[in-house]
Amino acid sequence: MDEHVSSNPTPSTDPGPAADEILRLEGLEVHFPVRGGLIDSLLRRPRGVVRAVDGIDLTLRRGEVVGLVGESGSGKTTTGRVVVKLTRQTAGRVSLDGQDVSTLWGTRALRDYRRRVQLIFQDPYETLNPKHTIREFVMEPLVVNGIGTPAERESRVTDALEAAGLRPARDFAARYPHEQSGGQRQRVVIAGALVMDPQVIVADEPVSLLDVSIRTELLRLMLDLRAERGLTYLFITHDLSLAWVIADRIAVMYLGKIMEIGPAEQVIRSPHNPYTQALVSVSPTPEPRTAGERAKRTILVGETPDAANVPTGCRFNPRCPYVFDRCRVEEPPLFDVGGGQSAACWLAEGGRSLPVLPARPDPIPDPMPA
Amino acid sequence: MSAATSGANGAVAETAVGGRLLPKLADPAAPLLVVENLKTYFSLDGATVHAVDGVSFRLERGEALGIAGESGCGKTTTALSLIRLLPPNAKIEEGSIKLYGIDLVGKSDNALRRYRWREVSIVFQGAMNALNPVHRLSDQIVEPLTQRLGLSEKAARRRAGELLELVGIPKRRGGAYPHELSGGMRQRAMIAMALACDPAIVIGDEPTTALDVMVQAQILALLEDLRHKLGLSLILITHDLSVIAETCDRVLVMYAGRVAEEGSVDEVFRRPRHPYTQKLLAAFPNIRADRRTLDVIPGSPPDLRHPPPGCRFAPRCPFAMPVCTEVVPPEVTFGQVRVACHLYPPGSDGTQVTTAPPNAIGATVPLVEPPPAEPPLEIARG
Repeated sequence: MDEHVSSNPTPSTDPGPAADEILRLEGLEVHFPVRGGLIDSLLRRPRGVVRAVDGIDLTLRRGEVVGLVGESGSGKTTTGRVVVKLTRQTAGRVSLDGQDVSTLWGTRALRDYRRRVQLIFQDPYETLNPKHTIREFVMEPLVVNGIGTPAERESRVTDALEAAGLRPARDFAARYPHEQSGGQRQRVVIAGALVMDPQVIVADEPVSLLDVSIRTELLRLMLDLRAERGLTYLFITHDLSLAWVIADRIAVMYLGKIMEIGPAEQVIRSPHNPYTQALVSVSPTPEPRTAGERAKRTILVGETPDAANVPTGCRFNPRCPYVFDRCRVEEPPLFDVGGGQSAACWLAEGGRSLPVLPARPDPIPDPMPA
Repeated sequence: MSAATSGANGAVAETAVGGRLLPKLADPAAPLLVVENLKTYFSLDGATVHAVDGVSFRLERGEALGIAGESGCGKTTTALSLIRLLPPNAKIEEGSIKLYGIDLVGKSDNALRRYRWREVSIVFQGAMNALNPVHRLSDQIVEPLTQRLGLSEKAARRRAGELLELVGIPKRRGGAYPHELSGGMRQRAMIAMALACDPAIVIGDEPTTALDVMVQAQILALLEDLRHKLGLSLILITHDLSVIAETCDRVLVMYAGRVAEEGSVDEVFRRPRHPYTQKLLAAFPNIRADRRTLDVIPGSPPDLRHPPPGCRFAPRCPFAMPVCTEVVPPEVTFGQVRVACHLYPPGSDGTQVTTAPPNAIGATVPLVEPPPAEPPLEIARG
């Protein structure tokens, strides 16, 4: 469909920093038009847009786990959907292994891409068809894509189930999803992704619905699979502490933009963007806090604004405790703050740290936005 | 708040304590809520599920108690038993639930109506499911005020406005339908409804689970603020120990229908005694601690149709001794903490009788791999 895009991209031969990168998003934008009414179109009023993803750059290195963290409306899920080609970007480029796949569309053209980039959804209860056996579910992508002979498919299904920790595979294959626990179902979903032997897995809240005792086993499985198969993960979650335990790097999104990105430990220990700082401060921990510690929390007022009305200047400025004049007019780029960490904040320009906020009285006053 | 309540249904209310009107027969000197040996069983396909199997706890005035545990541990059933909002196949088999000294277990469903919402109310997790989508917010708050408290339409409207403001929703938003509100606003509306009849106890059943972190922080701060302002007592049901650490005075950890450990949040979180509490805490990601330690609890909870004899956690417990699989551990109190585990026999000083086996609790091992040069480590299997 497009000359410069091969349906079978080969790894980049570029030496240097590009050599270990597998997935790259550049200037990615997803703007959804707001459907206007009849009056609007008669009056030729401009139609609004929802700026779900509003220009992000993100590079995943081979074998890396990148945690994409954000609240509802941050655009994290839309970004994941663009990566797995379920949503079309309105601008920007997506490249896999150095090959531009931005314009690759349609079931046939995407066959090879879909094999290499797989998605794991949040809800194992909804992803699995209750009428299909586990074997049928895991085999389906092979059948749809016409991969392998029946015997090869059987063996790939067995391998995938065992790799996902469902052993012996033969016992699980004939069962139905309702016979499985939540943790086992999520393993079945993982097996369904593994059967294609992918390079990149986009995992959207893969453990959020599971009990903590089961979560650790699944996170462990994902990391084991990375070690064994060299997988790369884009781990999408609203839970900062979950990203922190599994990710090598964390990218924090707010209203369609990356506000901060860097090595997980650094982003949590020394956030340079006020939004990240606030998220870290309110992330609950299983450790009682003293009144003094509690007073240092930054509970932001209101909720993430509508992506159809992105504030001018820095998009976080109406809720930012540090806001000053420049923030209201000019949007800050991501400033390098050292150690591979960057933050989109005027206060981070030149690698500066955030000033210390005065502690607030507790309990925090709770006004609502108009 | 109490001004609105006082006019209503004066025939029932007799005693007043701290500005609150207590139900007839209430003993003003009695503790607010005492639950003893509560057993709530479900009948399912001819079998009996021992969902709540001998749970005791108490709640003082103005206190916040967190009930923690994983899915199926009986925490929600315990809470729903209090006001008997149980599904038809569930039954309270044994035990007592005493509110101001009045046992609610023996009350008829009709008699219990006096207590539901007016003494004990509940905030559910999914506000979208609990709110009626075709009614305006204020109408949904007005209804219980006119029907249960017998307020006039006008008084009820005024009170609904006050309640909305109390939970941080501008009064004029009362005309909105639930779908027009964000998740956080809907949860605030649910809290306003729970407060409508000026209850003594509000139960929150995973009240912030579906919300974003920042909105969760707002709602928890609101609950805390209301607790102080209105002198409420709070029971917070959640699988999320960190939410309890942030908001509660005491915590009750449940496992497979029984109490594993109960005590002040400070004591239980800083020095967990029961192996289940230890494991559960160690399985929680904690951004203020080392990220290379995240524990696994091997196995899964028992089938409560056929609970194992002895301690129900024994099959998954790294400390299990022969006695654990035979004898139900008694609940033993050490100062501020009550624990049901053979490691802490009656008369002991509350320290563990055996030391941790290698590679078990305390010996937490990395979730995140160390640099490739080091040999890979395994997660504790107990």
